[in-house]
Amino acid sequence: MTSITLLLIALGLGLAAWLVARAKAWSFQKDGEHCRLAARPNYHAWYVALWVIVPLLAFTIMWAMIEPQLVTNAVLASPAAQNLPQFGFERDSILAEARSVAAGGGAVFNPDSEALVAPFAEAIQRFRLISIAIAIAIALLTGIFAFLKVKPDFAARTRVERAVMAILLLASLVAILTTFGIFASLVFETVRFFGMVSPIDFLFGTHWGPDPMSNPDNPDPSRYGAIPLFWGTIYIGAIIAMIVAIPLGLMSAIYLTQYANPRLRAWLKPALEILAGVPTVVYGYFAALTVAPAIRDAAVAMGIANASSESALAAGVVMGVMIIPFVSSMADDSIAAVPSAMRDGSLALGATTSETIRRVLVPAALPGIVGGVMLAISRAIGETMIVVMAAGAAANLSANPLEAMTTVTFQIVAMLTGEGSFDHPATLSAFALGLVLFIVTLGLNFVALRVVKRFREAYE
Amino acid sequence: MVTVIHPNLEVIDPKMRAVDVSVYYGDKQAIDNVSIDIPARYVTAFIGPSGCGKSTFLRALNRMNDTIPSARVDGTIELDGEDIYRSGMDVVQLRARVGMVFQKPNPFPKSIYENIAYGPRIHGLAETKEELDEVVERSLTRAGLWDEVKDRLNDSGTALSGGQQQRLCIARAIAVDPEVILMDEPCSALDPIATAKIEELIAELTDRYAIVIVTHSMQQAARVSQRTAFFHLGKMVEYGHTSDIFTNPIEVRTKDYITGRYG
Repeated sequence: MTSITLLLIALGLGLAAWLVARAKAWSFQKDGEHCRLAARPNYHAWYVALWVIVPLLAFTIMWAMIEPQLVTNAVLASPAAQNLPQFGFERDSILAEARSVAAGGGAVFNPDSEALVAPFAEAIQRFRLISIAIAIAIALLTGIFAFLKVKPDFAARTRVERAVMAILLLASLVAILTTFGIFASLVFETVRFFGMVSPIDFLFGTHWGPDPMSNPDNPDPSRYGAIPLFWGTIYIGAIIAMIVAIPLGLMSAIYLTQYANPRLRAWLKPALEILAGVPTVVYGYFAALTVAPAIRDAAVAMGIANASSESALAAGVVMGVMIIPFVSSMADDSIAAVPSAMRDGSLALGATTSETIRRVLVPAALPGIVGGVMLAISRAIGETMIVVMAAGAAANLSANPLEAMTTVTFQIVAMLTGEGSFDHPATLSAFALGLVLFIVTLGLNFVALRVVKRFREAYE
Repeated sequence: MVTVIHPNLEVIDPKMRAVDVSVYYGDKQAIDNVSIDIPARYVTAFIGPSGCGKSTFLRALNRMNDTIPSARVDGTIELDGEDIYRSGMDVVQLRARVGMVFQKPNPFPKSIYENIAYGPRIHGLAETKEELDEVVERSLTRAGLWDEVKDRLNDSGTALSGGQQQRLCIARAIAVDPEVILMDEPCSALDPIATAKIEELIAELTDRYAIVIVTHSMQQAARVSQRTAFFHLGKMVEYGHTSDIFTNPIEVRTKDYITGRYG
């Protein structure tokens, strides 16, 4: 609530500052006939407005972080809080309930909270007033500071330009910092897990079957061998899926760039790219309800009696289909990036179109194609929904594509949604698996992007 | 308006003959009723201002315009009396007989050896490795490049200098043993020294091939060609001995162009 009030104040004062500063800048232009402003009035206006809004936003964020603590401290100091339990879960829940009732209304459930509602409401109110006062003081201070700089020869334009750059930089940092945050949280939980199960057992063990109901203080390391998961992930995502996706994707890219007439291409290429937008859950249905039974029936018809209805083949094939647009659009881009002079050179020597593709275009575009395939693999091994629905949960270490297999992503879902408590090694193993997946896909992407980049440079 | 053909131009049995050729890109006409005889063992130059259609006409001679979907060719073009636009014509064979060198050197991103061996391989001109080696050496020698590259045949063709790359492309065209070589402003991306080498090479190649060269530079046309055709706005204005075109032009437009009034 307080944050919204502060935001509104920031916007209101910002608007006021904008108008005032603009009026002042205009007045220079009107007063002196030959007075030439270094920047148009709007820039002066933005300069002052930014000086008002940005510090206020910073204050709002900071206040949102410290305000709950300030309020709680004030309440705890009040006489009504003297008979709270000293520590623990109960104390926290009483405080939380009183707080939410004080802030948003509603009925009190726990009688102990009752007495605290009034002090909470009073403290929230008090601190809101304090924050508004501070906000206005800050705005006045920074606003006046900026306003005094508005003079005909003041280069407001370059200052605003710098501010724009800073805002853009901040926006791009958000994504990067988030990645670091994800990595840090994974590492933190993984270290806890490796405190219970050694990394050697985890990375090289061949039996996977964590028991969430076992004694968390004494886990059996032989049940945490992740090799079957790694194998399943590679077998489904990097082998079966790619056997489907690479030839089909490459051939469709070649058809689209070299043979399709422009009208067909204008229709077919977007159609293929739409495939990339189909939710993976839909592919999962398709794999589980259509492809998997079909594969089982075919296997039974060929005399393989114990064919499972969940198979690595079904998940891999559907995943391959899902990846086709990826491979094809990367391959399309890299083939199209090969200068047409190469193609003409080959055709002028009397090569046919397919000879030209096979001997000149594809070799020249190969680095780009390889990069695209690597990106596709990293996407495939991180894919979750299809394997959850079609590949099964059995951690089999097998090369038989008709057998059920499980993957890293499937087990992350299974472990996190299982019955184990949060600090049980079975649950924590999900973080270790996630970290491995994160590092592998990050590595693949890194290498792939470098390969693609070098390829681009070669033709620019 | 018809093409002015210099009366002293002797009629030689043509290697290629174009009769009433018009080329269209979609609705736009790029070439208007051009007829010309191209003799063997001569260098024929096409000159004219930018956009006059000389490159378009050149590309019609080995059907490279086929790669542009909207392009259409009317009239007949014959190679040894055989219409190259007739249905059932093997375009692949045609292009092996009528080779082409482009404006910008376009070696394949392969080794020097592979660049030359590419054509002979796809046309099955060499049975054994030894034969192929021989074709590569012969072609590079003819293109005057052998001594410069014989020790680094496995280096990438794209690592050569611009002039060397263009000679590599000429060697690549020679390697499939063509009868006609079309050159589309082959020196426009090269410095004067590299240009001089290519011009020398063109002169040497006339002993076996019919060469057609499109050029922007009138000096180059004067230096390398025996016959010159002047193109303007899609029409062939004048055709004659190179010396006559440059010293006694008949048409006013030709005269204005070669004296530098426009272009």
